[in-house]
Amino acid sequence: MIALLLRDLKLAFRAGGGFGLGLAFFLIVTVMVPFAVGPQSSLLSTIAPGVLWLGALLACLLSLDRLLALDWEDGSLDLLATAPLPLESVVTIKALAHWLTTGLPLVLAAPFLGVLLNLPVPGFFWLVISLLIGTPAMSVIGTFGAALTVGLKRGGLLLSLLVLPLYVPTLIFGAEVARRGATEMEVQTPLLMLAGITAATIALLPFASAAVLRINLR
Amino acid sequence: MTLTVSDLSITRGGIPVLEGLSFQLRPGKALILRGPNGIGKTTLLRTLAGLQPPLEGTIEGAEDQIAYAAHSDGLKPTLTVTENLTFWASVFGTSGIQSALDAFDLNELADRHAGNLSAGQKRRLGLARMLVTGRPIWMLDEPTVSLDKNAVQMFADAVRAHLAQGGSALIATHIDLGLDGEVLDVGPNKAKPKPIDDFDGGFL
Repeated sequence: MIALLLRDLKLAFRAGGGFGLGLAFFLIVTVMVPFAVGPQSSLLSTIAPGVLWLGALLACLLSLDRLLALDWEDGSLDLLATAPLPLESVVTIKALAHWLTTGLPLVLAAPFLGVLLNLPVPGFFWLVISLLIGTPAMSVIGTFGAALTVGLKRGGLLLSLLVLPLYVPTLIFGAEVARRGATEMEVQTPLLMLAGITAATIALLPFASAAVLRINLR
Repeated sequence: MTLTVSDLSITRGGIPVLEGLSFQLRPGKALILRGPNGIGKTTLLRTLAGLQPPLEGTIEGAEDQIAYAAHSDGLKPTLTVTENLTFWASVFGTSGIQSALDAFDLNELADRHAGNLSAGQKRRLGLARMLVTGRPIWMLDEPTVSLDKNAVQMFADAVRAHLAQGGSALIATHIDLGLDGEVLDVGPNKAKPKPIDDFDGGFL
């Protein structure tokens, strides 16, 4: 399992691995928001938590179609399925590698992008906390979507259509934590809901992902 | 470990391709799978490797015993030859990368990225991967595609060494590898084993 994680990290950081694409997308989307809504700092400050969350979510989505498709194309997925490694572990490791190369950099970059949108000072801490708790769920749900569409030609668009509705609960509670944090309101309820959603997806979805992957490999 | 297949029926895309297939693959033996294109050789190998369920029949002795080499080699172009082999050795919990490099004459290419190898060199690396799995039953799907005469000989030697160590191999191929084994001649909806020499005589 460690070997698979290390290999995926190595592949992501090497040429053509796609590391940094999500981060660059997040940066560009955030920079473009003031161009679209105008430079009023009070308005930007109000919408900053939601925009940053939506930006992070879309950046996460960007790299999902490569998550299993590359392994499927070069035959690795078939070989991994015949290896002494349960497919449940394979998809969990894949999701972890995706989070480490996409989700975690977004979490770390979010405070800097918060400055661009005039995010209120108390909001920085809760933005990072909410993304830290919410992005693993996005990687796990994304892996499920990637497993559903693996092997389909131009499955990327279908993957987005399948995954985006599943991201809604995470987005609602994640953005709510950041918004409440920014306005110094109580964050406990949405934070617990967000953590619950993440815990449930991590516990349950790898089994579903492995099941659909087995069917798709036939 | 003997692989025993009884009354196996398999499908591809919901269409039955082989029915009533029975054979045994004993340790130290090779079985050459032959038949026209589209007859279901790849589907049979995938079924035996556990990648798809059979329609009917039983497969005994395959659990965690099979190393499968498909048309695609599962190589990562941005990893070096050694890194590719090390990864698969770690997944299968084995070592012996050096002997795999030696067997397929890959030592000079060890630090080269797999993406920079020729088709034949990639194939050799894909076959070297079989050695690092440490699994006793090899399932090889057209293993000699893109290989030159020397490389085919290297492959045949590797299979002989594997058989000598008590392993077995089921090989779908259209060329004569000079192996001591039986031929499983599959036709539409039927299959029966024949000795290799008879088949070659008829084939040639």
